[in-house]
Amino acid sequence: MTDVAVPATTKKDWTSDQEIRWCPGCGDYSILTAVQMLMPELGARREDTVFVSGIGCSSRFPYYMNTYGVHSIHGRAPAMATGIAVSRPDLHVWVITGDGDALSIGGNHLMHALRRNVNLTIILFNNQIYGLTKGQYSPTSEAGKVTKSTPFGSLDHPYNPVSLALGAEASFVARTHDMDRKHMMETFRRAYRHQGAALVEVYQNCNVFNDGAFDLILSKDARPRMLIPLAHGEPIRFGPDGEWGVVFEDGSARVVEVADVGEDRLGVHDEHREDPSLAFALSRLASGPTAPTPVGVFRDVERPHYGALVNEQLVAAAERKGPGDLAALLSSGSTWTVT
Amino acid sequence: MADTASRERPVVDLDRAVIRFAGDSGDGMQLTGDRFTNSSALFGNDLSTLPDFPAEIRAPAGTLAGVSAFQVHISDHDILTPGDHPSVLVAMNPAALKANLSDVTPTGTLIVNSDAFDERALAKADYASNPLTDGSLSAYTVYEVPMTSITMEAVKPTGTKPREAERSKNFFALGLITWLYTRPTEATLTWIQERFAKTPMVAEANSLAFKAGWNFGETAELFPSTYEVKPAPLEPGHYTNISGNTALAWGLIAAGQLAQLPLFLGSYPITPASDILHELSKHKNFGVRTLQAEDEIAGVGAALGAAYAGSLGITTTSGPGVDLKAETIGLAVSLELPLLVIDIQRGGPSTGLPTKTEQADLLQAMFGRHGESPVPIVAPSTPGDCFFAAIEAARIALKYRTPVFLLSDGYLANGAEPWKVPDVATLPDISVRFATEPNHTAEDGTEEFWPYLRDATTLARPWAIPGTPGLTHRIGGLEKQDGSGSVSYDPANHELMTKLRVAKVAGIAADIPLVEVDDPVVPGGEEGGAEVLVVGWGSTYGAIQAAIRRLRVKGHPVAHAHIRHLNPFPSNLGEVLRSYPKVLVPEMNLGQLVKLIRADFLVDARGLSKVKGQPFRAEEIEAAIYDMLLDR
Ligand code: SF4
Repeated sequence: MTDVAVPATTKKDWTSDQEIRWCPGCGDYSILTAVQMLMPELGARREDTVFVSGIGCSSRFPYYMNTYGVHSIHGRAPAMATGIAVSRPDLHVWVITGDGDALSIGGNHLMHALRRNVNLTIILFNNQIYGLTKGQYSPTSEAGKVTKSTPFGSLDHPYNPVSLALGAEASFVARTHDMDRKHMMETFRRAYRHQGAALVEVYQNCNVFNDGAFDLILSKDARPRMLIPLAHGEPIRFGPDGEWGVVFEDGSARVVEVADVGEDRLGVHDEHREDPSLAFALSRLASGPTAPTPVGVFRDVERPHYGALVNEQLVAAAERKGPGDLAALLSSGSTWTVT
Repeated sequence: MADTASRERPVVDLDRAVIRFAGDSGDGMQLTGDRFTNSSALFGNDLSTLPDFPAEIRAPAGTLAGVSAFQVHISDHDILTPGDHPSVLVAMNPAALKANLSDVTPTGTLIVNSDAFDERALAKADYASNPLTDGSLSAYTVYEVPMTSITMEAVKPTGTKPREAERSKNFFALGLITWLYTRPTEATLTWIQERFAKTPMVAEANSLAFKAGWNFGETAELFPSTYEVKPAPLEPGHYTNISGNTALAWGLIAAGQLAQLPLFLGSYPITPASDILHELSKHKNFGVRTLQAEDEIAGVGAALGAAYAGSLGITTTSGPGVDLKAETIGLAVSLELPLLVIDIQRGGPSTGLPTKTEQADLLQAMFGRHGESPVPIVAPSTPGDCFFAAIEAARIALKYRTPVFLLSDGYLANGAEPWKVPDVATLPDISVRFATEPNHTAEDGTEEFWPYLRDATTLARPWAIPGTPGLTHRIGGLEKQDGSGSVSYDPANHELMTKLRVAKVAGIAADIPLVEVDDPVVPGGEEGGAEVLVVGWGSTYGAIQAAIRRLRVKGHPVAHAHIRHLNPFPSNLGEVLRSYPKVLVPEMNLGQLVKLIRADFLVDARGLSKVKGQPFRAEEIEAAIYDMLLDR
């Protein structure tokens, strides 16, 4: 857009006048606050920012941001956002989605937005439940989960959103959680700065239909033992005294006691590694929020984003053929003249 | 090889000819027909074509299911259809003969590849005996031409392997028919060189086969005469031969230029619409962005996203794709954003007949969404008209901020006709303005932007695209408060908004042309003018006009009204319908327009249906009108 310096803003500038309709105590509030607090720091312009969502509790998010916003249809936010981002590479497009929206009804669109590397910042609120429809199991709910639609326990094997995104070769994949604003803001900042599709999974508590789903790893005292912070270039290590770590062996990752293996054997995290298999191995450390779980940036690699590539083709075509000339086009087949 | 037939042989002047090329789907019949069409177009004939091919890329060779045909009608006068019955059938094998024979005029000419009539081939086509020898073809003039063997002999100098050499036989057939109808040869020879430039050996083999076909006609003493169909007296101008899908794609590019908006196509490959995606993908220098999406839903979703962000958003598809896009079209109705939904109709339901034509998506376009969800509908009537219909659909979408259905069909999509290239300067300006300023003052005096504050005349809402300072706003599929656009569950507001959306679309009637009635005084015709009005829409135009002209020649006045805008209807339609005692509505469905007409206007319109995957023949409509005239 213009070269004029971006005017300084505050959280208030990014907050719309709409009354927020999430349940009191819902984890969505802290995610919204993190984003609203982050925006002034990013030096973004409100008019160049678009939030697109699908359907679900999280998808109300765009109404609360004082930016451009579209609350679209269930599962289709990545599709609509692709049209916006590809036709207007000057905009910054966010996608706000949930585990049902992104991974069930909209799984196909998410996967393809990631593999195409559309320039989107995708925030996936994972609460492992359907909230808006009042409590059915979701594609991230643990097997055996008893809900209204699974009174005898869910038979579905859950998705791990980070594994899924890495499998689709997303160029940026991260995980954070609604209990740590600082970590959320830092993760969102990284995602925002990334050129291409960035997926951030946020563990979010639905205190009405799935309260405490992440308590085993996110309660204050559990965190040091159960969260594995990922930091680029650093050995992967956690625990109150750094007593545990992660080693890579035969392509998979394993939690070890540092004392057992020695510091030198710990895996060193490399976000920029082209091959996503080690990041994938990290994502498999925990099959659910019950075991030590990595948080932070799993993968951050550079790849031209889709909208830029589309534009390059337009520019190249115009250079090769000259700008479009309608009259010439209409006479481009074999023609004859009747007098 | 000269460009005209030998002097000794008489040249018979014909006012028109209907020729059908038929062979295996691997035989290249579409290419052959297309080339013959192009040389006839360049020669100056009026023409109309009907390609007809199986859905399978290579159906089992030699079987009835694998037959692919291309019919072309050329004439020295204005024609409207590909012809009811071919007078000449070129059959490359027994299956092609069997599948097409019943359509040929009873005294027609059959030119058959006699090499292909061996026992195996006859058995594959379910022939108990060889029709070339059992006398069953005695009513026809049959020319047996050993096309395969002559072709293989002719292309020998190129060193092509026998299997490959055999594949040039369609060019032999093309050469022979080119000779028989005294068409110029140069354009085809040049085209062969260009088309096969990457494989010079194939180019050479095809050229030799083409020439061999031409020379065979000239020297074989088989044919008593050649034929000539003189150029048609078309309106002066610059012409090109165009198919419906190409015309439609060019119309979309034109619409983008006329609206001064970038084009964004979100599409998923589907027969018979894919050629529009292909054509638009070639023209990136017009700023056209094409996205081959992961599915039909993403195609329309991306198009709607692009429309939100200020492009002319388009999605192209056929019936099964429309099923999938319905929810997003509903969102576009609610968001009140411009969106073109191009449906190239084919036989349904489900996968149905992918390569065959039908007009059975009209009610789906009208009603195929949940809730009260009106969408304007425009339907082109000829291949060339697809160009103008695309511009008109875009005009309505942009001006009224609404999704618009453009209903073409397989017959228009693949059929071709000479098209007078329009002067670009005569095309309409369809540009619209984006909102740039706040449009509402709040109680406390702050200037605000209300996304659903409508234009008093069109009822269209402002189109404020991201990137515009001061106009940030949120919209979505939830019901919105009239004016402010905030989410609203207020019952009275929902009823108001529902009625506003309907009124907006209904109001378009004031902004479209009245339906024209073609009802001239017929010399020597019955007293009191036409008693029957034939009402059609879409691709039935040609067959209806041809039928009516035949009846007029016989002294029966018949009126014709063709509806281009199917939602809303032109404002005079009711009056027109009521001014004729009898109304006939031919459609390639089981009576969809007739249902709408009866419901809207309480007139006793009668339907004429055809759902065979084939367009109407003029004679079928003629017979139905005649029955109506006689009160049968
Ligand atoms: S249902 Fe759950 S996720 Fe939805 S708003 Fe309430 S607490 Fe939040």
